[in-house]
Amino acid sequence: MRAIVSVFSKDRIGIIADVCAVLADMRVNVLDLSQTIMDGLFTMVMLVDTATSDKSFGEIQTALARSGEALALNIRIQREDIFNAMHQI
Amino acid sequence: MLNATDILQTLDMLDRQHLDIRTVTMGINLLDCAHPDMDRCAQRVYDKICRKAENLLPVANSIEAELGIPIVNKRISVTPIAMVAQASAGEDLTPIAAAMDRAARSCGVNFIGGFSALVQKGLTDGDRRLIESIPRALAETELVCASVNIGSTKAGINMDAAAALGRVVKRTAELTADRGSIGCAKLVVFCNAVEDNPFMAGAFHGPGEPECAINVGVSGPGVVHTALQDARGKPFDEVAELIKKTAFRITRMGQLVARTASERLGVPFGVVDLSLAPTPAVGDSVARILEEMGLEVCGTHGTTAALALLNDAVKKGGLMASGRVGGLSGAFIPVSEDEGMIAAARSGVLTVDKLEAMTCVCSVGLDMIAVPGDTPAETIAAIIADEAAIGMVNNKTTAVRLIPAAGLGVGDSVDFGGLLGTAPVMPVHRESPAAFIARGGHIPAPIHSLKN
Repeated sequence: MRAIVSVFSKDRIGIIADVCAVLADMRVNVLDLSQTIMDGLFTMVMLVDTATSDKSFGEIQTALARSGEALALNIRIQREDIFNAMHQI
Repeated sequence: MLNATDILQTLDMLDRQHLDIRTVTMGINLLDCAHPDMDRCAQRVYDKICRKAENLLPVANSIEAELGIPIVNKRISVTPIAMVAQASAGEDLTPIAAAMDRAARSCGVNFIGGFSALVQKGLTDGDRRLIESIPRALAETELVCASVNIGSTKAGINMDAAAALGRVVKRTAELTADRGSIGCAKLVVFCNAVEDNPFMAGAFHGPGEPECAINVGVSGPGVVHTALQDARGKPFDEVAELIKKTAFRITRMGQLVARTASERLGVPFGVVDLSLAPTPAVGDSVARILEEMGLEVCGTHGTTAALALLNDAVKKGGLMASGRVGGLSGAFIPVSEDEGMIAAARSGVLTVDKLEAMTCVCSVGLDMIAVPGDTPAETIAAIIADEAAIGMVNNKTTAVRLIPAAGLGVGDSVDFGGLLGTAPVMPVHRESPAAFIARGGHIPAPIHSLKN
C-alpha cells in the first residue's frame, strides 16, 4: 500500500536519517521525499510503499508513533488515497 | 508524486481547521421484523440491528486510522418504526425504542434514528401510536432519535399532525425537564423528509431504500472559513468559486470514506450528503463563514443572501465529487451546535424570524433552537406549520427541532454538552395562533405539485 509519511519537528541534524532508519527496520520502502524548513519548522513529506514490509498498516502506524515520541518528532502515516482524493481528479 | 504543498494543505485542514467526516450512518431495513407480539417485534429489531451493524464501529475506526481523518460519529438509521410496529398489539411503542437503544449501545454507535412516522397525507393506526409514544420513548432512552414527516409538496400539510406534534414537543420537554428538556433535541418534525439522510436527529431508512446502505455526511465549515480569509473584499463570483473548490475537496474525501466503508462492510454505498455541518468548537462555525463575507454579526441584513450563496456553492462544488449525492445536502444552521450562531443569538441580532427566512435558502430548518419553557403547544405547532409551508411551496426539505426548555425563559441557556452544544433561550411571539391551529384538517398541496 502506498502511503504518505509526514514529519514535523524543531530542526536538528539527523531527522531524515532517524526516520529512514525506523522505516528501513520495518522494510518500508521510500519512493519519494520532499523536505523544507517552514517558519523554522522542519517539514517533510515522504511517499512510501508498505507492501515490502511484513507488518500490517496498523503495526507500522503504532511503531512510527512510538518512534515519534522517542525522537521528539511529530510523525504520522496515512494512506495516499486521502491526498489523491482531495487534490487529483 | 503529489505536490508537497497539497499534502501540507490537507494536513493543515485536518489539524487546525476541524476537517472531519461528520458521520458514517448505516441504514437498515426492519420491515421483516414485524410481529403481532410487541416484545417479539422488539427482540427481532434488536437482533437484526446488531447483526447488520456489528462491524460498523471497527470498520469505521480502521478507516479513520488509515486515512488519518476523524470520523466523528458512527450511527444507524432504520425503517420508520410506525411501519414496523403497527402489526404489534399494544398502544405504547416504547419497548421498540428501548430495543433500538440497547442495539445502538451493543454496536457502539452514538445515535440511532428511525423512531419515525410519515403522515403527510394522514395517519395509520401505527402512526398514531408512534406519535403518542414519542415523549415516553425519548425520555426513557438515550440514543434513540424520532422524526415525523407532516407535509410534502405533493401532499400538502397535515395540520392535525402539526397540532399533535406541538403537544408532543411540549410533553417531551416536560418528561426530560431534569435534563434541560434534551428529549426535544432528539425529535425533528419534517416537511419533504428525505429517505437517505445520514444526519441526526432526522435520519431514517426510507421504504424506498435497499436492505442496507452506507450513507456518509461530510463537514468542513472551518475549511471554508479559512479559504474565504484569502478572498476579503473580492466580488461574490470569486467567493462562490472558492467555496465550490473547497466543497469539492471535502466531498471527495467523503466519497473515499463512503466507498471504503461500503467495500469493507459488504454493504452498498448509498449517498454522500454534501453538508456543511458545524460544531460548537471555535473555528467550526457556519455563522462565522457568513460573517467572513462581510456581515458584522450573523442575523443582520444580508445574512439570507450570504447563506443562499454559500448553500448553492457547496452543492455545486460537491456534486461532481461524489458518485451519488443525497440526504439533506446544504449548509446546516443549528443554533446550539454552532459557536457563531450561539453568539449571534445571545447578542439578540439573530432572531427566530430571521432564522425562518434563512431556512428558505439553506438545507434544513429551525434547528436546535431553545424557546421559553412556557411557550404554548399551539405556538410550537404554528412554527411547525410555517416551516412546513416554506418546504412545501419551495420543493425543499424543512424541519423544526425546537426545545421549549422547561422552567427557563429568555436570557437563560440550556447546556446539552458535546456536539449538541449550548442553546440560548430565544424569544418567540406571544400573540396566540391557537384558533388557527384548532381548525385542523389539511392545507392543500400547491398548484406546482401537479407536474405530471
